[in-house]
Amino acid sequence: MSSNASSVGIVSAQRALFETPLPLAGGTVLPSYELVFETYGQLNAARSNAILICHALSGHHHVAGRYSEDDKAAGWWDNMIGPGKPIDTNRFFVVGVNNLGGCHGSTGPSSIDPASGQPWGSRFPVVTVPDWVTAQARLADRLGVERWAAVIGGSLGGMQALQWSINYPERVANALVIASAPKLSAQNIAFNDVARQAIITDPDFCGGDFYAQGTIPRRGLRLARMLGHITYLSDDGMGEKFGRMLRSGEYKFGYDVEFEIESYLRYQGDKFSDYFDANTYLLMTKALDYFDPAKDYGGDLVAALQHATANFLVASFTSDWRFSPERSRETVKALIAAGKRVAYAEIESVHGHDAFLMTDEPYINLMRAYLQRVAVEVAA
Amino acid sequence: MSQPVSALRPDLQMIADWVSPGSRVLDLGCGEGDLLAWLQAHKQVSAYGVDFDVNNVVRCVAANVNAIQGDLEAGLAEFADQRFDHVVLSQTIQAMHNTEQILLEMLRVGREAIVTFPNFGYWENRWQILKGRMPVSDDMPYQWYNTPNIHWCMLGDFDELCAKNGLRVVERVVMTGGRRVTFLPNLRGSLAFYRVTRG
Repeated sequence: MSSNASSVGIVSAQRALFETPLPLAGGTVLPSYELVFETYGQLNAARSNAILICHALSGHHHVAGRYSEDDKAAGWWDNMIGPGKPIDTNRFFVVGVNNLGGCHGSTGPSSIDPASGQPWGSRFPVVTVPDWVTAQARLADRLGVERWAAVIGGSLGGMQALQWSINYPERVANALVIASAPKLSAQNIAFNDVARQAIITDPDFCGGDFYAQGTIPRRGLRLARMLGHITYLSDDGMGEKFGRMLRSGEYKFGYDVEFEIESYLRYQGDKFSDYFDANTYLLMTKALDYFDPAKDYGGDLVAALQHATANFLVASFTSDWRFSPERSRETVKALIAAGKRVAYAEIESVHGHDAFLMTDEPYINLMRAYLQRVAVEVAA
Repeated sequence: MSQPVSALRPDLQMIADWVSPGSRVLDLGCGEGDLLAWLQAHKQVSAYGVDFDVNNVVRCVAANVNAIQGDLEAGLAEFADQRFDHVVLSQTIQAMHNTEQILLEMLRVGREAIVTFPNFGYWENRWQILKGRMPVSDDMPYQWYNTPNIHWCMLGDFDELCAKNGLRVVERVVMTGGRRVTFLPNLRGSLAFYRVTRG
């Protein structure tokens, strides 16, 4: 990171209300909805320097900066976004948005359904990646952004970037698809289903309408997160950090926390169950499972990408087994076959799937080089 | 968008001269993307490069060259049949394990292969061998114990490999120090350039 890189500083979220009904892929219609979002930097006069950041499963609109001077945690991609950082807010107008169905302020299962005055709960419709992209496009309209200089995302966020390039080819100049895949494998879906079963079978889940009961399916959420977390780290990374370290230095011959890895996972699970909504978790994993932009084109990803006009950057990480480099190569292969401009890097990292949030040097260099090019392209 | 591109190294310029304007080019072992950046700026080619080193991919990205990080030894699975007009392998074939396979892969994905390599038969190399040492030169700057170059050949050897696989040598140029050599090329030429197609 360059020495003059700094934070976007104190930020605040904004809300936008959309009263035009949104038809969803699942067949239902969302009559109205709110999206919560943040922006950093200035939209230039030509409105050519806007970048959309799409979040992954547990992410949200708070991408960079802090809410107050004593806010302990910065936005989830603060190491990538800010003045002098690879996504340079001195040059770009950066938008982070919480997706529909989320639990950080946008309309989702925990929001009040205006029709009934009750939380949506189990009645909130399943939303898909294309639905999110449609909702994001409406937000772009609202912000006066006709064409994104770049749409960027890791993991599930990368899927949105890819979908944008297919659904709105004229509105995306660059799509950055990081640690992602063109569709989930059976193994990916299997992990998601175990996570969902953990939540759904928690008695406190109450069929998704736990809000009215005053309960929270903590056990389910906690297990789902623990499982997820294992798949986000690599075996080597986990070994390096925790190994077989014991908290007390000796075996206790019982079932309490003994190994450091157990302690870590339980802590992560507990923390997560304090703030994340169980229905949102279910919904996000379903959006992952259903993602398959080739499906409408007879399973042909090349055909799906035929009309994309964006330039692409695809990146993967060597130790990522949740979305392995082979999966990114499928995307790259299709992009090449479709004759698209694409660069692909396979970054050496021990951080597993989480590497897209880390600062491995070649990764930061790659992002910096690519976005420098974007900045020149759009005269940012 | 094209950026000013400085003059090419003479051997890369030789390759560039063979590339037809507006064609589709694949550069294997593209390094920092010098050749492709030049071709994009001067011959309006549409091009991809492949390189093993992530730092080279980053430099290609900076130079607006489409670089795909990959290992040539694993073949060219990312690329469909006959996708390119020219497939370039510049001073790399001598460092590959799967020499024959890459040559065939090049002609699977492209119409024409452009292969260049240091000519082991160059008289200075022969002289060093006569003096009892493995050759070290500007074109071959490694010691025997740290060289990545494991498959040395001379002009006749490469001709024979092409013939064995039913490939046709369309054109061959031999150079030394940036100048063409026509008289006794296998003795006087340090770098060999081949244009090869399917028979």
